[in-house]
Amino acid sequence: METLATALGHYNYVITIFLMMIGLYIVVVRGNMVKKLVGLSIFQTSVYLLYIAPGKIIGGTAPIIDPAFKVYSNPLPHVLILTAIVVGVATLALGLALVVRINEAYGTIEEDEIFERDRET
Amino acid sequence: MLINTVLMTLLAVVTIAIVRQRSLFGVVILASVYSFLMASVLVVLDAVDVAMTEASVGAGISTVLLLATLHLIKTTEIRSVRPHLMPLVISVGTGAILVWGTLVLPPFGTPDAVIHQHVAARYVADTIKDTGVPNVVTSVLADYRSYDTLGETTVIFTAGIGVMLLLHRARRRGRSNDGET
Repeated sequence: METLATALGHYNYVITIFLMMIGLYIVVVRGNMVKKLVGLSIFQTSVYLLYIAPGKIIGGTAPIIDPAFKVYSNPLPHVLILTAIVVGVATLALGLALVVRINEAYGTIEEDEIFERDRET
Repeated sequence: MLINTVLMTLLAVVTIAIVRQRSLFGVVILASVYSFLMASVLVVLDAVDVAMTEASVGAGISTVLLLATLHLIKTTEIRSVRPHLMPLVISVGTGAILVWGTLVLPPFGTPDAVIHQHVAARYVADTIKDTGVPNVVTSVLADYRSYDTLGETTVIFTAGIGVMLLLHRARRRGRSNDGET
């Protein structure tokens, strides 16, 4: 039973890192800028998991003080990640505004086509 | 624990679908699904405040922003010609190193891990006495660490100004083009 719990706990980390690497892969390989930004968001959300998962205590509950409960999960990572989520959407909004401007200047948001156009001029 | 494992597997599946999807509308909707799954995982991990924020910001506002952008641009992705062997090797290599690093982390969910021995215990014990707020996340965010929150609002303010400047310039140029034609 204990080995099963260890394996499942470890599975969490492996999937988190898998998501992170998929995000990295999308950012590097895909030329489409909207897709790049979605990849960046995936990378960011995987970091949320990396922070939140160690804060969980098995048998604990959400950190809202109530006489009915004794054990609470760690509230500190939750606070950090709340900040990170909001900053993440701010970066996404700024990135998308840049994409709209690039689309107006070049008529495309594919990186390959933009490089081609730059070389022509 | 089991429900967490199932949700994590679903997350991985959705992410692979995002990589393979060429239609940007499909990508945006899958990203929204991803955020909702992430919010569910966060509820299972006891981070209810984070889950609420992720559901409203990640699945709500981000999706609206992405759809608004798609309204202004082309919505299919071309098949990229760039090589993707090297990035794949880098991704898998970095991932392998990170997984190797997690091997020394304390086991999932144990109460005597280092992370639980620091200030967090004090926050949980003293929040009622110090702030009178039963929700510890709120009291840390808005009381113990409110300078962090001030910094966060500064970041949002800066990003908001950036977006306004970028889009305002675009609109003004569009108007002058209309004048010429």
